[in-house]
Amino acid sequence: MENRKIVTPGESIIEGMDYLPGDGTHRSGSEIRASVLGLSDIRDRLVKVIPLSGVYMPKRDDPVIGVIKEVRYNNWSVNINSPYEATMMLGDASERFLDPRKDKLGKVFAIGDVVICKIKNVEENMSVLVTARGPGLRKITEGKLLDVEPSRIPRIIGKNASMVKMIKEKTGSRIFVGQNGKISISGGNVELAEKVIRKIEANAHLSGLTDSIKEYLEGEEDGN
Amino acid sequence: METKPKYLYKNSKRLDGRNLDDYRKMKIKMDVVPNAQGSAEVIFGKTKVTAAVHGPRVMHPRRLALPDKALLRAKYDMFSFSVEDRKRPGPGRREIEISKVTAEAFRSVVFLEKFPRTVIDLFVSVTQADASTRITGINAASLALAAAGIPMRSLVVGVTFGKIYDEKGVGHVAIDVDKPEDQWGMADVAYARAPATGDVVLLQMDGDMTKEEFDKGKKMADKAIDVVYKAQIKALKDKFEVSK
Repeated sequence: MENRKIVTPGESIIEGMDYLPGDGTHRSGSEIRASVLGLSDIRDRLVKVIPLSGVYMPKRDDPVIGVIKEVRYNNWSVNINSPYEATMMLGDASERFLDPRKDKLGKVFAIGDVVICKIKNVEENMSVLVTARGPGLRKITEGKLLDVEPSRIPRIIGKNASMVKMIKEKTGSRIFVGQNGKISISGGNVELAEKVIRKIEANAHLSGLTDSIKEYLEGEEDGN
Repeated sequence: METKPKYLYKNSKRLDGRNLDDYRKMKIKMDVVPNAQGSAEVIFGKTKVTAAVHGPRVMHPRRLALPDKALLRAKYDMFSFSVEDRKRPGPGRREIEISKVTAEAFRSVVFLEKFPRTVIDLFVSVTQADASTRITGINAASLALAAAGIPMRSLVVGVTFGKIYDEKGVGHVAIDVDKPEDQWGMADVAYARAPATGDVVLLQMDGDMTKEEFDKGKKMADKAIDVVYKAQIKALKDKFEVSK
């Protein structure tokens, strides 16, 4: 039994009713098969496939970076880089009380504004609510916004945010990673931070990434 | 237009030198459309087809979205330069039909219920046509869907087979028909399967064939499908080996 190998849709990962099919897998008879292209991962009895591509599916409490798409009478519609559009209710926009009859909602968040928000709720019919109220949640006014494959985000963050912490230290940039594949970088060495993130994105399926990225970053430091 | 040849099969060789159970030279290229979620180009001999997948994404207009699952749409298109005489662009009777059967073939393997109220758009474009385009398109679409990270029960693999005549007018069953064999042959069958589930997801026939000939052709095609399936898996895995 080899842990962590690339599997294709329909490929059998393991046989036996002792195992449970997790994300990215399905059961066919007594076999557990992959549903998506990705890396198989067997932990105890749970069989998973870590996808290597695919869209972002909103999950409750995920930090995301959204772009305001529409300003309506008492809510905003937010593009969260997913097949589902999110809604931000009036009370979730600001700490201040907003009255739709007196306040102009376009002044709080206008079309095209980039907002760090959090998924408040996802209903069964996939209607998504986001909130901009909470620690660290705010409108982004400066820096660079990167689009990466949402499936590579866990590798960019790293275990206990080790990877993103290291990039922050080495580049001196402020970095916010949204689960939806949007990353905001501001201050410090933005170019280097972007280069490193692209490198992680391209090599997300390899193991021992933190070490090789550390080496790379140190090499870049010496070069300068 | 050329005239009908006297034979399509002579001295145990087909017009292009193949045996009855040989498929044409196959080539797979992944990620040929950077704007798409997933894409692939599959080449069988002189037939070249590109498939691109967009989505799952928001369905517009909203009223066409399905409340409990994703809608899978396919658009099969032949470029006007893909054949010898200019092909009138745009979908006609034939294109609409092929789009329909392609979408239906994939609806049975994709886990559509994972993406309610969305749409998965599948674009199949024939850049060069030399028969078996719908099946080549299905092979490309299978790879494009997998590359887009869309959950599926199985990949989909197809091979065509047909019946071609020798100099005495006797029919022989052959796989992966090319243009003259498709045009002048006695029958041709488009056949696609989902190897992991074993289901037949597309089966169409033009012309006449006995049951025995059909079974023989299906058996030959199944053998070729195993090879093409392995090639599909290899192409998907190589996507990640190369960047090592």
